Amino acid sequence: METTIAGLKVGEQGVIKDMSLENIPLSLLEMGCLPGENVELLQIAPLHDPLYIRVNGSHLAIRKETANQILITKKQ
Amino acid sequence: MSNSKAIKVALVGNPNTGKTSLFNQLTGLNQKVGNYPGITVDKKVGVSQLPNNKKATILDLPGTYSINPTTLDENIVLRTLLDTKHEDYPDVIVVVADIENIKRNLLLYSQIKDLQIPTILAINMADQISRKGIEINLELLKKKLKTEVVLISARKNQGIEDLKGIIEKYQSLNTSPLANISNKIDAVYFSKMREDFPNIPLYKIWLYITQLEDFESLSDAQKENIKFYKKDREKLKKYQHKETIFRYQQINEVLKKAYYIDKNKATDLRAELDRILTHRIFGYVIFAMILILIFQSIFDWASVPMDFIDSFFGNLSVKTKQVLPPGMFTDLISEGVIPGIGGIVIFIPQIAILFLFVAILEETGYMSRVVFLMDKIMRRFGMSGKSVVPLVSGTACAIPAVMAARNISGWKERLITILVVPFTTCSARLPVYAIIIALIIPQQRILGIFSLQGLTLLTLYFLGFASALLSGFLLHKVLKIKSKSFFVIEMPNYKIPSIKNVFYTVVEKTKAFVFGAGKIILAISIILWFLASNGSKDFDNADEDFKGKAENMHLDSGAYQEQLASYKLENSYIGIMGKTIEPAIKPLGYDWKIGIALISSFAAREVFVGTLATIYSVGNDDENNTTIKQRMAAEINLETGKALFNFPVGMSLLVFYAFAMQCVSTLAIVKRETNSWKWPLLQLFGMGALAYIAAFLTYTVLV
Repeated sequence: METTIAGLKVGEQGVIKDMSLENIPLSLLEMGCLPGENVELLQIAPLHDPLYIRVNGSHLAIRKETANQILITKKQ
Repeated sequence: MSNSKAIKVALVGNPNTGKTSLFNQLTGLNQKVGNYPGITVDKKVGVSQLPNNKKATILDLPGTYSINPTTLDENIVLRTLLDTKHEDYPDVIVVVADIENIKRNLLLYSQIKDLQIPTILAINMADQISRKGIEINLELLKKKLKTEVVLISARKNQGIEDLKGIIEKYQSLNTSPLANISNKIDAVYFSKMREDFPNIPLYKIWLYITQLEDFESLSDAQKENIKFYKKDREKLKKYQHKETIFRYQQINEVLKKAYYIDKNKATDLRAELDRILTHRIFGYVIFAMILILIFQSIFDWASVPMDFIDSFFGNLSVKTKQVLPPGMFTDLISEGVIPGIGGIVIFIPQIAILFLFVAILEETGYMSRVVFLMDKIMRRFGMSGKSVVPLVSGTACAIPAVMAARNISGWKERLITILVVPFTTCSARLPVYAIIIALIIPQQRILGIFSLQGLTLLTLYFLGFASALLSGFLLHKVLKIKSKSFFVIEMPNYKIPSIKNVFYTVVEKTKAFVFGAGKIILAISIILWFLASNGSKDFDNADEDFKGKAENMHLDSGAYQEQLASYKLENSYIGIMGKTIEPAIKPLGYDWKIGIALISSFAAREVFVGTLATIYSVGNDDENNTTIKQRMAAEINLETGKALFNFPVGMSLLVFYAFAMQCVSTLAIVKRETNSWKWPLLQLFGMGALAYIAAFLTYTVLV
């Protein structure tokens, strides 16, 4: 199923398909968030933002607005 | 051996890789903090003894995930490594990588290696290899990464000598690039680039082109050419993404053969701790408890050394006066320089304790969780989760707090943080609050437990935080600054903090405060001393005049000296200034004497108390009334005939000190950090106006 990282529930995983070049900082790619990589939503902050993810071995926190720009295929 | 012959080594690495531990191991206490030319980022340099009687100067560059900078600190790495004429341009680079996050760490290595400077890869935390279920093929890594790779454990001091040996033989390292980016992205585009800039490593040119800023080290013709390439930002961005993807592909290829990690050996401790520390209730409760612990320690632990420092410099002043022959020079030393230095040293305990906590929280990895918890809340007030550290630091001193805002990558969020930090109740306000509260708030308890005075102090702290957040909110609405604030933070694994690292951080930051802010506080103290010890004709004739006046007052010699001092102060330049501003501060309930204290406390707020001590040595014959508090309580308002420091005046003063920007050092730091006078002036006048209006309203309502 296609969604974005923001569309995952805690514990769910997906594979990154594509990301909007415009709105994604290079630094996020450099920290390992790349197309083809597996991503898992580890936790959501108490006020529903930011999101705590694991991607490509890195543990990162990103804001929802960024997570919304990263298309993924959800794993069942 | 002279410095010029020493090998210049630059340490580069991701944050949380133990780069600083390695720096400490290589240099020991043989390190110092300086400044990079033109910018304020602390530069850490140390000397290391190498084999064969050679020496190396080690430069600890700020931690970064990439050579493409997102914050001010990270920009240093780029600037240092790109400019061959930079004074810190290294002979050899050591890239420090953490064995657990090796993939991400190799991205930085891959970029650095392409600069074609001799580069060594030091893989840290090698002592954890078997515990984490890791296998590594060192020989293959060396071959694939085209350089020397060394396993170290900075904490356990393993592998350091091997590393030193390789540094010493840096000239034999392979300097060919690792990733041949040109073919993989756009061969035509890059070969044209190659032709246009024949003698520079290709990746360097690519960096010149992709960065927003310009580089002075290039020739004019080269700059023009670069400008041409820079035009198409869309394309550059796309190519940078491609480059990153390509580098990761290459790294994955290498690691597939040379690195293996047994995932079953990964512990769940991290997940468990995360669940508690970022829990929607416990997370905030734990953070609040840590904050209370920090505040409690800043005030409790620090009070003993602070009292000691206070009395030490007080005594030193008196002794100096007794020992040295009387005169202008002695006065300068005993009344200007010594109290000035004392005014700096007195903050060291609180600042050291604050940095101790901040360093521990950073080292353990907890700080990232706080950023995660607080980001959404802080965003409503125009700031970022990363603004929490500056705001907490502000309770000790605004100066390190303003500097701590450097980590915030969005300019608008960073600026707002810098602008509102001085609202938080810094320790310099404390003596002022303490004495006024003691004067006007009765020593009662509410419900038998809460001291009314304590609650007042707590309210003032709350007022500080609330006004910081509220003005953040207003600035967020008013400031029309377009800045993309990309928020990506790493959530590092939890670690037990290394005592050595914490110790070095505390020493280094405290030193930076003493020598940075200290200079200004000292200078202002000396200026104030001058203004208070010189004046118009009346001042010069004060000794004579006062003799006449005092004849029928029957004073003993001690009281005589005190009264003479305050008579002199009245006629000094600063006294004249106090009288000049009296009409302006009368609506707030203050007289010219408080005016003097207001002016003099502009250097540092706590000077208020000392100034009042001098001024209010007047008008009371009772020898028992010797403390400042008693003198102030006995002061009479000449117009009403009642106590001057009554409830309305006291409250008005509290409010004034809560809001006013009375700290030259902070203004100077804000100027440096924002690179403009606009923002410190906004703080000065904005906060000043707020303080004036609020104090006026308080006084008018209460009187």
